[in-house]
Amino acid sequence: MSLPGPWLGGSPAAPLIPPISPHRHLLLGGQRGHVAALDWQTKSLLCEINVMETVTDITWLHTETMFAVAQRRWLYVYDNQGVELNCLKRFNGVLRMEFLPYHFLLATASETGFLQYLDISVGKEVATICTRGGRLGVMGQNPANAIVHLGHSNGTVTLWSPNVKEPLVRMLCHQGGVRAVAVDSSGTYMATSGLDRKLRVYDLRAYQPLQSLVLPVGAGHLSFSQRGLLAAACGDVVQGVDHLMITCSFPLGLRFCPFEDVLGVGHGSGFTSLLVPGAGQANFDALENNPFRSQKQRQEWEVKALLEKIPSELITLDPGQLGRVDAITMEQKHQERVERLGFDPQAKPAFQPRRKLKGRSSAGSLLRRKKKVANEEQRTKIRKSLEQQQAPEREPKAAPRAQRPALDRFKK
Amino acid sequence: MRVKVLSRNPDDYIRETKQDLQRVPRNYDPALHPFEVPREYMRALNATKLERVFAKPFLASLDGHRDGVNCMAKHPQSLSTVLSGACDGEVKIWNLTKRECIRTLQAHEGFVRGICTRFCGTSFFTVGDDKTVKHWKMDGPGYGGEEEPLHTILGKTVYTGIDHHWKEPVFATCGHQVDIWDEQRTSPICSLTWGVDSISSVKFNPVETYLLGSCASDRNIVLYDMRQSTPLKKVILDMRTNTLCWNPMEAFIFTSANEDHNLYTFDMRFLESPVMIHIDHVSAVLDVDYSPTGKEFVSASFDKSIRIFPVDKGRSREVYHTKRMQHVITVKWTYDNKYILCGSDEMNIRLWKANASEKLGVLVPRERAAMNYNQKLKEKFQHHPQIKRIARHRHLPKAIYSQAKELRIMREARRRKELNRRKHSKPGSSPFVSEKKKHIVAVVK
Repeated sequence: MSLPGPWLGGSPAAPLIPPISPHRHLLLGGQRGHVAALDWQTKSLLCEINVMETVTDITWLHTETMFAVAQRRWLYVYDNQGVELNCLKRFNGVLRMEFLPYHFLLATASETGFLQYLDISVGKEVATICTRGGRLGVMGQNPANAIVHLGHSNGTVTLWSPNVKEPLVRMLCHQGGVRAVAVDSSGTYMATSGLDRKLRVYDLRAYQPLQSLVLPVGAGHLSFSQRGLLAAACGDVVQGVDHLMITCSFPLGLRFCPFEDVLGVGHGSGFTSLLVPGAGQANFDALENNPFRSQKQRQEWEVKALLEKIPSELITLDPGQLGRVDAITMEQKHQERVERLGFDPQAKPAFQPRRKLKGRSSAGSLLRRKKKVANEEQRTKIRKSLEQQQAPEREPKAAPRAQRPALDRFKK
Repeated sequence: MRVKVLSRNPDDYIRETKQDLQRVPRNYDPALHPFEVPREYMRALNATKLERVFAKPFLASLDGHRDGVNCMAKHPQSLSTVLSGACDGEVKIWNLTKRECIRTLQAHEGFVRGICTRFCGTSFFTVGDDKTVKHWKMDGPGYGGEEEPLHTILGKTVYTGIDHHWKEPVFATCGHQVDIWDEQRTSPICSLTWGVDSISSVKFNPVETYLLGSCASDRNIVLYDMRQSTPLKKVILDMRTNTLCWNPMEAFIFTSANEDHNLYTFDMRFLESPVMIHIDHVSAVLDVDYSPTGKEFVSASFDKSIRIFPVDKGRSREVYHTKRMQHVITVKWTYDNKYILCGSDEMNIRLWKANASEKLGVLVPRERAAMNYNQKLKEKFQHHPQIKRIARHRHLPKAIYSQAKELRIMREARRRKELNRRKHSKPGSSPFVSEKKKHIVAVVK
């Protein structure tokens, strides 16, 4: 289904932003300032405004009631009726925006090389990082750990967290500038495309390249679907991993619709939605994302999400780090305690051989008994270290069905 | 060309009428639930903060005595009845649901030193400064009747405490020595004595019912066996024990409340070193009572607070105090594990919740499920520093706070001195003595 060109006033459409969050609402923005928000399934229009300025990027905020528009000078936040709510003058020259839903953070990349994080629940600017990477026109988000990926003109992709002033990881991906970055929803794969006409897929756990494709024309936009299909907009075609789909003019924006087998493409003469079988997640979890929620459900969900908002200090490369034992601090505390008490309370008391009669307690036999225990302890220590070395080589046995954890059936 | 794509009928996902429940399809695939650890951590943080917000343990104050409350006793069959004896010889019986006094009687001239109920709940005993033991009926006299004891026993010396056997019609009093009486007789069936000083309290073991424990003023705790009519063994501490309480679940464990601000939990089989020392009070501990679960106990102290300790930990999990509550003389934990009663020397008995943030009353299943989930979350993240800080935080009155700080500095100074002494003397000349053994002077069989 495609909307006719004249409906958009003949102006070339810029990045279209289909919903990345749960709601099935669609936000369209044209380069000349035309912005429209509609419910994509019922085709009911929420608002259609013209902001009278160049629009570089638009994104929904946590619900379908608010969206942010990066205009030529400043960042604006609008209501879904088109009413301007905020004009943020500290965010100037924004080229790309990414919304981190579980942290309520809006990450913006500017043309002067600044990466800024805005907490939209309290309205505070959480971090401003001078990336020193030049014009930041390429941005992506890892949905599994809320790390922002920026692509630079020297072919590197850098990974950023709001707590650290330096990039967490710097990867050299292409021999020319990077044109597009996309990360899949599980956070394991990153797809990048560059001016050297290559499309590369990396494993993000080990930061190693997995695949490399040569495209006749470089891909300007990349998007991962929920089930791992990759769509690339190359020149005037949109390519999926398996098949080819064709549109009429140069695609300017590309996004998969969540929970539907649909790919939305924005181009010079309008917006087109393409059917891609197998792209969407069939079974959604209503407590997480519910595309059919009522207004009441949305309000309840919003309150719960705000209560569970993760503070920005917890954004790290490994989101499960909080659940692990902090061995370094434990060691430190133990040493402080030993110093304070003067002895080690956890040390095992030295072995004292029992006193035996009939000459079995001579000095020699006592020493022999002590040596026996010490040797046994040494043997167990060596055995344990050998086992640790050999453990990763051994194959893990599949536990019987009754003992396997319940979520194992989701493991691939 | 036929293409198979996802197509959903909204009727399958939206409820038909307003009377129906909303449909909530679930998918437990972890890929759909990112950030599980940080989100659970935030929920645990919120649960901990809410627990502190809802921590309002004080329920009621029972007013009516005209002198300080000296002793209390729980009714064994009725959860809503409690008896208390005051320093002017008055005994009052209270109804806790209506929070009023249902019966008053003038039991003794002088202090009521001890009060205990019979195991069947039909009568109770009191001892006082007038050297008498009186046996009263639990039901009041009929209309126009006078308050008369069933039985009065006149003794030669002042009795300081009384406790009744948990199964047989036998009770024990202590004063100059420990006497074991049969209810029908006017003279004790046997007198147990070891040492020459006065004994302040005596308690029967609820599980092994022939065992008794007593605290004497020459700093020892003596254990007796009623069948043998002899004392079993005694442990001498470095300061006097005010009272002791047997664990209702473990037959051999008892906790003693000591004058050196600590409580000592002993295993009666191994008296050389206590199982645990509970250090948190800043003044003499006057009374201790176990929870019916046997996992926690409450202690009342001369510093105007009561503390709840777990049996296996050395520090208290909760402290209750009020500006109006002065030195707390006696404390009891009710038999439904929910409430704590404390009697203080400003003539009031206060009723507290054992679990400060618990919601009393019937809980709806959703409420109960939410509370269980929050409890489990708090347990899971209890060791994280921010959550531990919030869960541990209690407001203390200035006197207790400054006294505790001072004691901490003193203890640290002593420890530092010992460390320096050990460092600058011949190795092995001063052995490490565990804190537990430091307070025990001797064990005598």
